[in-house]
Amino acid sequence: MSDGMTEVQKTAEELHGCPVIISLGQRVLLVSRDQYVSVMKALLDDTFDLCVDLTAVDYLLMPGRVIGAGIKPERFEVVVSVMSMQKHERLRLRVQVPADDASIDTLFDVHPGTEALEREVFDMFGIVFNGHPDPTRILMPEDWDGHPLRKDYDFGRIPVQFKGSPA
Amino acid sequence: MTVIDDRFAAANTDEGPQELRSRSQLTAKEVLREVGAVLRMSEAQAAALADIEHDAGEDQTMIINMGPQHPSTHGVLRLMLELQGETVLRCKPIIGYLHTGMEKTGEQLTYMQGGTNVTRMDYASPLNNELVFSLAVEKLLGIDGDIPERAVWMRMLLSELNRMSSHLLFMASNGMDLGAVSMMLYGWREREEVLRFFQKVTGLRMNHNFIRPGGLAADLPAGWRDDVLDILEKIEPRLHEYDVLMTGQPIWRERLQGVGVITADEAIALGATGPILRSTGVAWDLRRDMPYLKYAELDFDVVVGSYGDAFDRYAIRLNEIRESMRIVHQIVDRMPSGDYRIQDKKVTPPPRARIDESMEALIHHFKIFTEGFKVPEGEVYVGIESPRGEIGCYIVSDGSAKPYRMRIRPPSFINLQTLPHMMRGGLVADAVAVISSVDPVLGEVDR
Repeated sequence: MSDGMTEVQKTAEELHGCPVIISLGQRVLLVSRDQYVSVMKALLDDTFDLCVDLTAVDYLLMPGRVIGAGIKPERFEVVVSVMSMQKHERLRLRVQVPADDASIDTLFDVHPGTEALEREVFDMFGIVFNGHPDPTRILMPEDWDGHPLRKDYDFGRIPVQFKGSPA
Repeated sequence: MTVIDDRFAAANTDEGPQELRSRSQLTAKEVLREVGAVLRMSEAQAAALADIEHDAGEDQTMIINMGPQHPSTHGVLRLMLELQGETVLRCKPIIGYLHTGMEKTGEQLTYMQGGTNVTRMDYASPLNNELVFSLAVEKLLGIDGDIPERAVWMRMLLSELNRMSSHLLFMASNGMDLGAVSMMLYGWREREEVLRFFQKVTGLRMNHNFIRPGGLAADLPAGWRDDVLDILEKIEPRLHEYDVLMTGQPIWRERLQGVGVITADEAIALGATGPILRSTGVAWDLRRDMPYLKYAELDFDVVVGSYGDAFDRYAIRLNEIRESMRIVHQIVDRMPSGDYRIQDKKVTPPPRARIDESMEALIHHFKIFTEGFKVPEGEVYVGIESPRGEIGCYIVSDGSAKPYRMRIRPPSFINLQTLPHMMRGGLVADAVAVISSVDPVLGEVDR
């Protein structure tokens, strides 16, 4: 599965002690879960002041994937895009989150704008954000079972019914 | 790592209500957050700004619902407002009523079909949704540098016309929300001119699925140039009428100036983009600051405000229509000839004439529309400037014909977070003006 992954280049570059890879010309910072919030704080000081996006990916069906830079892949990945409006630069952070402890610290104190995004990721993936001020569902009803964007959550379909078909 | 919060431990069935809770159920810190005192400030600053000790006690306040079925909430936005008399103290937007799982659907559709899905998210600017999706897929395919010139310029033309129609819709709904009902008719009338052109070009007024990976679905029809110039000629004097009817009118100004104020620091901390960010004086427009397509070759201004209030946001959108018209004029002058899509038989269907004479072309055509095309493994994020702010598309590909994960970064969803901050201390009647000035499209908020 990793054979087609030609576009990812390793670089010797490091940012705040985390390896940087280039994915299709875009800089990606591979951050561990423990460093996550402190790296985001450091990036904020580096003028990366706009947190553009925070989302997650469930890699359940891609177990053998290779990330590069010696990072061990886990089931979930939290993906954060930040932007420096001064330097006109984008940067993406990828954080591995294991399935047996699907939790990560909240970014709320660094970027208050991630509040709704973290709620959405919790709603859709069941990743818990420690310290989030309002950890409720946001898109699904509050009594909903399961987290729809997980890969083991069944994709719904409407049964086709023909006139006169037996049951 | 840490102990999971009790609220999550309950078998994922009840995470607690999403509603605004009464003050007695909240800690002081939670109240501070809800009144908007969290924006990268020290606690002392926050407390001073929030003015929390002056807030009335629970016996003097009331929590009411506004929406989801309220004509000024632009769809199905529900706001819970804590009121003291006519004054809004706290506000919480509650969303999800229009959630249809479009990101999950996106994982089941091929890249070829994906356009039909994303175009329905922000239904007021469908072509921008298609554009960002197509740009992301093209980057994954590695063909982003090979798109023919004409296709690029056509994309810009449609994107700018769409910005015009979206902002005209804002003019209409903003006028209606504030009681200028004739404005609603004028706004819809002008938008209709643009939609009629879209119908001529794409066959549909909305949800076009016209911008596709590899280029566009078809070339511009004969006589498009006259149609576009005709639209520009018609709309130009009508924008002047808007100025007479609204911009310079004392009642309109009185109603909007100083309402829903947000500062640049707050807007950036909350991740707000588009007219909301620009109304605070931050000149940030991806078309100019991180150019995509050929925007670097065009001459246009980024419109900014200075007070961050509802009037600035109105004025910015009105003048962005003018800037878009300036851009469209330049595009009409410079539209190159050539192909409207990349001729890569693995990505775009072969020309109709080839199908009649080549078995191979027929097979490619059939395979593209049944199986779709395979996209190399990888992940990519592309962001462009939609009428509402930065719309982004994050795609993870596992090498198959369907995206492994397709995420749209919805500008309206993130901009909605500014509502509690804009509304605090304002009147209920101004709440309508504030919602309107954020210009959320609920189809995109909930996806």
